[in-house]
This record gives sequence, C-alpha cells and structure tokens, in this order.
Amino acid sequence: MTAGLNNVERARAASGPDPVEMRGIEKGFAGVPVLRGVDFTLGPSEVHALAGGNGAGKSTLMKILEGVYRPDAGAIRVGGREVTLSAPKDAEAAGIGMVFQEFSLVPTLTVARNIFLGREPRRFGLIDDRAMVRRAGEILGGMGVDLDPTAELQTLPTGYWQLTEIAKALALDVKILIMDEPTASLTKTESEALFALIKRLKEQGVSIVYISHRMEEIYRICDRITVLRDGGVVLNDDVADLTPEQIVAAIVGREMDALEWEERPAPRGTDVPMLEVRNVTAANGVTDMSFRLHAGEILGLAGLMGSGRTELARLLFGIDRPDTGEILLRGEPVEIANPRVAIAKGIALVPEDRRQQGLVLDHAVRDNLLLPLLDDLRRGGLVDDRRGDGLVARLIDRLQIKLSSPKRPVRLLSGGNQQKVVIGKWLGREPEVLILDEPTAGVDIGTKAEIIQQIRELADAGKAIIVISSELAELLAVSDRVLVLRRGTVTADLDRRDIADEESLQLAIQGV
Amino acid sequence: MSQTAVPPSAPPPAAPARRPGLLQEVDWRNYAIYIGFVVIFVLFAIFLADDGFLTGTNLLNIVRQTAIISIMAVAMTFVIAAAQIDLSVGSVAGLSSVAAAMSIAATGNALFGVLAGLAVGLAVGIVNGSLVAFLGVPSFLVTLAMLGIAFGLAQYITESAPQPILNDTFNAIFGGGNIGPIPGLLVWTIVAVVIGAVVLNKTRFGRQVLATGGNRVAAEYTGVNTKRITFTVMLISSVVAAIAGMLYAGRLESGRYQWGTGDELSVIAAVILGGTSLFGGTGSVIGSLVGSLLIGLINNGLILAGLDVSQQQIIRGLIIIVAVALARKK
Repeated sequence: MTAGLNNVERARAASGPDPVEMRGIEKGFAGVPVLRGVDFTLGPSEVHALAGGNGAGKSTLMKILEGVYRPDAGAIRVGGREVTLSAPKDAEAAGIGMVFQEFSLVPTLTVARNIFLGREPRRFGLIDDRAMVRRAGEILGGMGVDLDPTAELQTLPTGYWQLTEIAKALALDVKILIMDEPTASLTKTESEALFALIKRLKEQGVSIVYISHRMEEIYRICDRITVLRDGGVVLNDDVADLTPEQIVAAIVGREMDALEWEERPAPRGTDVPMLEVRNVTAANGVTDMSFRLHAGEILGLAGLMGSGRTELARLLFGIDRPDTGEILLRGEPVEIANPRVAIAKGIALVPEDRRQQGLVLDHAVRDNLLLPLLDDLRRGGLVDDRRGDGLVARLIDRLQIKLSSPKRPVRLLSGGNQQKVVIGKWLGREPEVLILDEPTAGVDIGTKAEIIQQIRELADAGKAIIVISSELAELLAVSDRVLVLRRGTVTADLDRRDIADEESLQLAIQGV
Repeated sequence: MSQTAVPPSAPPPAAPARRPGLLQEVDWRNYAIYIGFVVIFVLFAIFLADDGFLTGTNLLNIVRQTAIISIMAVAMTFVIAAAQIDLSVGSVAGLSSVAAAMSIAATGNALFGVLAGLAVGLAVGIVNGSLVAFLGVPSFLVTLAMLGIAFGLAQYITESAPQPILNDTFNAIFGGGNIGPIPGLLVWTIVAVVIGAVVLNKTRFGRQVLATGGNRVAAEYTGVNTKRITFTVMLISSVVAAIAGMLYAGRLESGRYQWGTGDELSVIAAVILGGTSLFGGTGSVIGSLVGSLLIGLINNGLILAGLDVSQQQIIRGLIIIVAVALARKK
C-alpha cells in the first residue's frame, strides 16, 4: 500500500461519518447505575484513550460496544448507521474487534490456528491448513511482525501472545479496534513494537479505543482522550491540549502526585543485612547474582523480561532452587526448599500473575485473605471464623479494598482491588521480607498511589522490600535503591539519589 | 513472626460500604438440589401414597439403601473439591469386603477382619495418593487402573466365590444391627456426614482442600502443601471406601467381589448433584448427602411405581441430567 493511497483513504475517511458514535448510554446492574448517560465518539483513524478509575464504567461501556451487554438507554451508530448490538457477533459484523487484556488464546495451538480459531478457512469441508498459515503470514506481515505462524503459542514469550491476539482481531477485517491495557504484560521493546503497529493500523484507516492507565502511552499514541468517573464523562479533549496533571485530576477527582519520589530516611538497624544473596546461580537463568537488602529498605529491580527479576523472586520464595551460591537471612545461610519454608522464615511474595498465582478467583475475598493465616486461627482443631472475620475487616479497612461484601468471590473485584487482596494476604503474617512482582500492573492510578503508599509504610515499619516493575516511573517513585539486572546478573547497583531520570535508568537497563 | 498481627490501625470498620441490591440476588441455583429433593419427595408422596411411599418402613429403607453411597460420597466430596477424581471406590469396597470376610474366617476374630479391610483401604489409598500427588499422574487414569486391579484381585483371591461371615458382632456393627429403632447404617451415615461437614468447612485442612482445588498454583504460593493435600484426599477416599465395603459385608453377611460394583458412578453423581464443582474448588458435604438421598428416593419411587429395571435406569438418568443442568452455574 503506497503512501498516496493512504492519504486518499484518509481524506475519504475524514469526510465520512464517525466510525462510532454512542449517545446517552445508560446501564445499571441490579439497580446500581454504572453508566449515566455517556456520550462517546470515536473519529476516523483516531486513537482514542479511554481512562478512568476502577468502577468508572470503562469496561461496561466497551462491553456494550462489543455486544456483550445491552444498554438500558441510548443509541449507538457505527459508521453513521444506527445499530443494535445484542451479541458479540453483531459487533463483529459491524467491524468492531477486541483485544482482550486476559488473552483469549489457546496455548497449545499454533499462532495461525489461534488467529483463525472458529473461522478456519475450509476446503472440501476440511480445514485448509496451508491457506490458514498463508493468510496468517499475510496478516502478521501487514502488521510488520516477524512471527512464524506455525509456532506453537506456548513456546513464545507473552509479547507475541499480544500480537497474536491483535492479529486475531485484524483477521476479521475490523475498522474499529478496542484494546484493553495492551501493554500490561509487555516489556519495553514489545511495547515499542505495539506502538509502531498502532501507528500503522491508524494509517490503514483503523480507529482504535485504547484503554490505559499509563500516562506516557496516552501522550505517545493517543489523539483524543475520554475520562470516565462514576459512570459519567468528566473529560473529553485532544490529548495535546491537556497536561498530565489535568488528566490525572480528572481520573481521580483530585490533584495528586503519587508517582513523586519521596526520599526516606536511610534504613536504620544493624550492619547485618536482612537478606543477602551471594553468587547465586540457578537453572532458571539467574547467574552469579549478589546483593544485600537491609531492613526498612525498598529495593527496586529493573530489567527486561527474562533479565532475572522474576527468576530471582522465584528463588527467594522457594519455587525454584539455586544450584550454587548462598542466600542469607539476618546473616544466617538458609535453604529455601519450597514456599512453605520461605513463608515460615518470613519471606512473602506478591506474584507477577495475580489471577493465576495469587488468588483463588472463585473463592470469597475473606477466604483468600485468610488462607495464609489458617494456622494462627486454629482453636481446638477448628478455624476460628469470628476472629478471622475481624481480621478480614481490619485488612479491608487498612488497604481500603472496595467491595460489597467480603463473602463475594474475589473474581468480581476490579484489578486494583484484587491486587490489594493479594497484598493483604501477607500483611497479617507480618513478613520480614516482602517481594512484590509487578504490583501495579493493570491497576488504575488512584489505586496505584495507594499501593505505593502501602509499600512505603511497610518499609517504614522495618520490613525489607523488593519491588519488581517494568514501569520505571513507578520504580523510581518507590525505591531507595535500584538494582539493574541483565542476563540473570546484577549490572548496576544504584542509589536512587544518583538516578537522574527515567531515561538514564532506561539506558542502564538496555546496557547502552 | 507468624503471629496474626494486623497492626492496630483504625478500629475495625463497620460493615464495608455495601452497594444496594447486590446482596439481594440470591442465587437459587445453589439450592437447586434441596428444592429438587423436596419437589420430588412431595410428588412421590402424592402419587405413590397408596403404594406405601410415606410409611416409616419405606423411608427407613431408602436411608438404608443409600447409606453406603452417602458415606462414600462424603469422602468423594473432598476428592472432587480438590479437583481430583476417584473411580476405584466401588471395587475397593468389594476388595475390602472379601478381605474382611476371609480374615474373619481364618482367625474367627472380628477385629482382624476390620484390620484387614482397613489395610486394603490404606494400601490402595497410599498407592493412589502417591501416584497422583507425587508423580503427577492424573487421578482419572490412576484410579481407573485401580478399579480394575482391585476388582480383579478380589475375584482372584476368592476364586469368584462368596465368603460368608458368621461373626455376629461384625455383622451387627457393620450395617446389620439397629440401635433401638434406628438402623445402624443411619448412624454410620450421620457420623460420616457430620465429621465430613465439619472438617470441610471448619478446619484448616478443609479450607486447604478447597484452595488446592480452586487454584493449585495460588494455593502453593500461599504456603499450602498441595501435594500433601492431594495425597490425603485420595487416601481418605480409599479408606472410606474400605469401610463402605465392610458395611456391605456386615449387612449382607458375606464378602463378595461384586459388592460395590458400579458404585463409583452413583457416588460421583451424588456429589455433583449436591453442588460440588467437577472442576474443584467448591464442595458441600450436606449437598452430597442430599444428592445421594435424591438418587435413592428416585430409585425407590420408581420401584414402587412398578417400573422395571430398564425403565428405572432411563428415568434415573434423565432426572440426573435435568437436575445437574438446573444446578449449573451460568
């Protein structure tokens, strides 16, 4: 496709009706209004950011556009024509595609099979594998992605899953693409590839709704922004005309500088570090790693995916075992054979994937919060539920978890509140060493600020804390010291005061 | 270090902000089994009144006939709640019945019979549990194989012959006797259900079983020894199946390799009817009991209605499908 054709297309598109126009959308669940008369317009070839806190109504609005929910009131026009979207296939027919935050992929199938899942090209009634692979290759090529369509998905890094998910949407020839937190699980490089792809899609006339909490991305790729709060639109403007403060203020409803670094007093305490890792090498990729962590200190781990961040956390929590080297707690060498040993020694992990590793999603919030505490709640062989309920109430209060009842499944909570439950699980045990792996992934900015504040309070209370994050702004906001990891080993040990800004840390991570 | 010390921050809050309306949606599906039980009971009471459905003898008969299934269903609730399955319970019951009968015949002592029966349960449970928990072999495969092994072994050691039990003490304790007007089997059932319900809902072990079944990785990451939990539920299931086998032996005053044949299907159906998810993570011992009673109720009603065995099987299958479909969560 030549640039000239693109321009023609763009001109034609620009003169036509808006791809999506939603007017006066109202929707409630069980009598609780979630959307109160929302207007939302997506322009031609526009990347439109949709932002808002947990429960602001973003997901509900988009689920209406995907045909999952039907609005109680309001009208939807797609390409100028009024439509009724009563099922996802109606949205599909209207050219609306969705890239899910939780992947809707089958890991054991190939990339091509995932792209065409349920719509496989057929020949004489049988699936035409060759045509499928060829067309998948064309779609991926059109995205500028070098990915083998015959590769089995589970052998590929998460970044490629995201791309497969997008290719799956594009295979439908969509004109409107909804992306929900697409970079949440991507590394910096993978995100860059995604941004390039978004630009390319835009040039091809695709309009994109981009749900994100990340300010940097909104400025980078979005043309317009709509902010929802309490089910209504509180901001709708060109991104270029807004300051980040204005956007954040619209999201949270008040001014805040959560991601501002606060210098904390140097960790008090003794010369003996709370945790010391000495020349540890393990099969999972950690190579000759050494560092120390003191009580009351927040240590940030920076690095790309696979640099050894999560792998280190797995060693410290007893999920993987080191081959050589030593781990010392308060100066004593320890063998951490499994998570139970780690927990008994006062080490806790808030894992990377809260849904798979952190929570029993179908179980009540209270059952999730009490699971690590059952030992302490036993009285005469039985679990003392009354004491448990009191504990749960205090944890919910301390972490400001927003829920209707602790007896309802944790699955019904927003991402931010789910994450608070994972953190809350450990607070009752008062761990000495708390490791948080991507604690704010997929969490809105208001909750993010609350989580960062919790981390600081825990460090102030003398806990030794390790924070792993792909989001450098957050890492810089919370850390006292930052370890830069590359290929499984520590390449720099930086005092936070010596890091000028995100760029310099990014350069250190990339090893430039 | 491992105290339950939530810092004394604010005083415990009043009930957290509650969104109106949400708590009012009671999910009737959770109660489908109880509703179904009552509906079918009432229907039978009306239409089969002349056939003696409501007489005390008949109702006690239902309890007696379902007792052994109910007891195995209690243990199976734990297995399924932990996201495992045990297909070997029926044939373990059969093997236990012959082991008990042959030991009593050889020693003349009821105690040795009980020990032999329990030994069968322990041995099978340890094998099943080890293979599933520590070697990671799917429980479906392990227990499917064990179903055949236990059945074959029982048939082999008895040369297909019934093993009569002449020990009155054994027969009275295991299923044959009554305590006043109450059948001994009813007592066994009540004991099993009460212990099962308390352990599943009120103990650390029960909660850990549910967590393991709900999300094994998250449970492991939270300090639950998921391998031990898995091993233990498989062991419990086999030991309880062995006790069930002795109940068969006591009630029928003999050990036979056929005792318990096909029971695994009734037991699993009772547990699923009772609202325990086949995917693990939820479980209701009381529900399993009602599920088992419901199956017994249907069997009894259909017999009283004069249907023959083939018709009974068809109708029973249809009722189970309808009940499970109604109880299914959306």
